[in-house]
Amino acid sequence: MSSGRHLATLAFLTFGAMAVPAHAATIQIVMQNLVISPSEVSARVGDTIEWVNRDIVAHTATARNGDFDVMLAPKKTGSAVLKKPGTVDYYCRFHPNMKAMLKIAP
Amino acid sequence: MFVRLSIAVAALSLLSSAALAQGAKLTDPQIAHIAYTAGVIDINAAKQAEKKASNKEVKAFARDMARDHEAVNKQALALVKKLKVTPEDNDTSKALSKQAADKLAELSKLKGAAYDKAYIDNEVAYHKTVNSALETQLIPSASNAELKGLLQTGLKIFQGHEQHAEHVAADLK
Repeated sequence: MSSGRHLATLAFLTFGAMAVPAHAATIQIVMQNLVISPSEVSARVGDTIEWVNRDIVAHTATARNGDFDVMLAPKKTGSAVLKKPGTVDYYCRFHPNMKAMLKIAP
Repeated sequence: MFVRLSIAVAALSLLSSAALAQGAKLTDPQIAHIAYTAGVIDINAAKQAEKKASNKEVKAFARDMARDHEAVNKQALALVKKLKVTPEDNDTSKALSKQAADKLAELSKLKGAAYDKAYIDNEVAYHKTVNSALETQLIPSASNAELKGLLQTGLKIFQGHEQHAEHVAADLK
């Protein structure tokens, strides 16, 4: 748990230290025990979000605004490329209490 | 509310009295059987609901239940095979199955919104009962670490189901 948090902090530090122009990044988000973490992620247009489903049941990453709807079979990974800036709330259609948010900068 | 609660309490005391009657803690083969049976019960209820439910959200919930419980039971079967454990039928499993068959028969007589409400209310109560049994009995009694782990994973998933069912039930009102 705490090592995950350290990793996330490290990742943030690395991104922060990145020189401009920024390259498109791949950002991993984990779904485990019906929890999406981190639940809030900052990204940029052009970045790829990769959702890792560690559960034995299927999930989806479904944007409330319709921007993406990624099916995640058990123990599989799926991704989406961010095309528009904005704040996007998304959830799992199969487990609607799994909710998270992307903050997408231009 | 009161009815739902008393069903849950009755089912729970069935679980505990059956276990206590044996005068010993449940064995892993019995625990595996109970957990698997509990999954089958919810899959059967979901299959009935996929056919009978009229509300879109209720139908989707039923599909979610069938998908998840089938996935968990598939893992359970793989695990007992790996551990060379033969699930053992027992009084708790029998009581659960009997009660579920009665409930399914009762639900089969309902239609439309009345069916939707009765199904969802039962799903709330049923998941509460099973989750409580997992927490207080099945998980603490499991000896094998992998079995315990799968039950713990199941509990997280079923707690999600309980909240989901409560949400759907609230939307129906």
